[in-house]
Amino acid sequence: MTSTTTAAPRAPGSDRLRDISLAQRFLGRPAAGALIIVLFVFLIFFAISVAQRGLDAPFLSLAGTLNYLDVAAQVGIIATAVALLMIAGEFDLSIGSMVGFAGIIMGIGITIWNLPVWLSIVMAMALATFLGAVNGFIVVRTGLPSFIVTLATLFIIRGASSVLTSTVSPITYIPVDPTKIASDPLGALFAWNLPIQLGGGATTSIQVSIFFWVLIAVVGVYVLGRTRFGNWIAGVGGSGAAARNLGVPVARVKIALFALTGFSAAVLAAIQTTRFTSADILRGTGYELDAITTAVIGGSLLTGGYGSVAGTALGALALGMARQGIVFADINADWYKIAIGTLLLVAVVLNSWIRRKFAGLT
Amino acid sequence: MDATPAVDALMEQTPAVAPMDVAPLLEARDISKYFGAVVALEGVSLLVRAGQVTCLLGDNGAGKSTLIKTLSGVYRPDKGTLAVDGQPVEFGSPRDALDAGIATVYQDLSVMPLMSITRNFFLGNEPTVGVGPFKRFDIPKAAGIAREEMKRIGIDVRDTDQAVGTLSGGERQTLAIARAEYFGARVLILDEPTSALGVKQSAIVLRHIVAARNRGLGVIFITHNVSHALPIGDTFTILSRGKTGGQFKRGEVDDTQLHSQMGGGDELHELTRELEALARAERRPPAAAHAPAAAHAPAPGPDQPASH
Repeated sequence: MTSTTTAAPRAPGSDRLRDISLAQRFLGRPAAGALIIVLFVFLIFFAISVAQRGLDAPFLSLAGTLNYLDVAAQVGIIATAVALLMIAGEFDLSIGSMVGFAGIIMGIGITIWNLPVWLSIVMAMALATFLGAVNGFIVVRTGLPSFIVTLATLFIIRGASSVLTSTVSPITYIPVDPTKIASDPLGALFAWNLPIQLGGGATTSIQVSIFFWVLIAVVGVYVLGRTRFGNWIAGVGGSGAAARNLGVPVARVKIALFALTGFSAAVLAAIQTTRFTSADILRGTGYELDAITTAVIGGSLLTGGYGSVAGTALGALALGMARQGIVFADINADWYKIAIGTLLLVAVVLNSWIRRKFAGLT
Repeated sequence: MDATPAVDALMEQTPAVAPMDVAPLLEARDISKYFGAVVALEGVSLLVRAGQVTCLLGDNGAGKSTLIKTLSGVYRPDKGTLAVDGQPVEFGSPRDALDAGIATVYQDLSVMPLMSITRNFFLGNEPTVGVGPFKRFDIPKAAGIAREEMKRIGIDVRDTDQAVGTLSGGERQTLAIARAEYFGARVLILDEPTSALGVKQSAIVLRHIVAARNRGLGVIFITHNVSHALPIGDTFTILSRGKTGGQFKRGEVDDTQLHSQMGGGDELHELTRELEALARAERRPPAAAHAPAAAHAPAPGPDQPASH
């Protein structure tokens, strides 16, 4: 066998790669499934709307579109942070409670302590960010599943909101003076909307939530796809031990993402508190599951290491469309949960099929 | 293509061996490590020189993993010293070991299957462009380097955006080796790189280990597979129940000796005898019951192997 005594190694594997089409390349992206889901949801409500009222249906109008975009934005703001956390392999079930808690802190600051609106918002944001970091610290230090740790903090934070409110108010919400909000720079920013003139004297507006959502999603896409930190997020979720061996500060990455999740909850709380001019202890209930649903529709794996911020934005869009589409179509709102459950199931099956078939992953 | 001849030829190439009076790249002296009452390592010594493959052989539970983790900065030894280039060192973290040029490639913990080749290659060492908050991961540069380095080790990647999960097991290991070398490793610690691989894939990895040795790296190759260690090892250290069981040079030792030193040799001989006895016992009855049929069966004899 003298002919085999060649020193140069062959190129193994190169004959095992085939050229793939542009369509296949697109389908190999983690966000591909979410885009298909959005088109699917849109087509369904488009068909229902047209069948009911033709092209004048509210779902297809500018006002209707801005309405479901606002709903999508509110989910999308927290879902972006939750998706990044999930890609890093962790959960945050406490985010809904955090939205309520941050709102209560704002309410107490503005109404009870008579602090400036901006200071109350900053205070609530700092506290929510800190509590998020505490979540992360507990997870990293104990090595317990974040599912359990944040389930515990879900109860603790929600309970703390009730206890705090009961010490300052006989009712379960804290009203906020709208004139204070309007006269405060930060309050006015979070309550802001861009009015749009429609034909025939009618008006609608673009809620500030949509701008925040787009901004957060764009920053999220950039961070995950184009920065060192983004690469670390995926690496930490792929395998914490391997990432640590390669010198990635795994604990810091996770704590930072938990803190970011807390911060995003406070951003949403600021939008809701200033828009509804009140803080309610029940606000944000169930948001944690909405956010996780959105991230999963967006192509993120529950096991971490894989996912997409752009996909998550599309997932939020699908959720918003479905929720308001059902309202516009005068369908009993109870159908929303059935629709979301179905959507989630279809999305997961679709995403895993796409991953196997087009990205070549199992 | 049979792997062994190519590996042998590679081994005959003169590596950039450091003269024996130069201090070893990495030396562990009398390392002991305890976990509570458990003695994981007791007085273990090991060294690797530039351009040498040091094979660390041992059965499961012999303490191989503990020793690797001590060498790579995950654990601190309770007793004994580590020296790099003859200078005593203490590693507080894997990062310290990496900075000293000691890179460890763990069996299945070296790459992220769901991430692209480029992203895997540069994880933790991403090149950046821009300043301040606009500093970003220089993906085009990273992709170019990853492609070049993969080509250099013999894997022609058309698309470095491809997920590592689509590569074969051997290719994943070689990626991890190439990565460690690119980032300045002088000592490669390879933890069972071939244990989960088939014959062909193992050959790919073994060939790359020898190539790395010939480029002047010191390699510590951990395995329990003697037939993978023998063709590529310059020295062999055997670990048995947390202690050094023996140290040999290339050519001084054969697989039977290594097996028996590892503590599994007696068990293997015992097993061989039992299997032979079992095979003989099974063959006898039909041969006795149907004498004509026995003509088709191979005649039992002393030179007949126990298995066909």
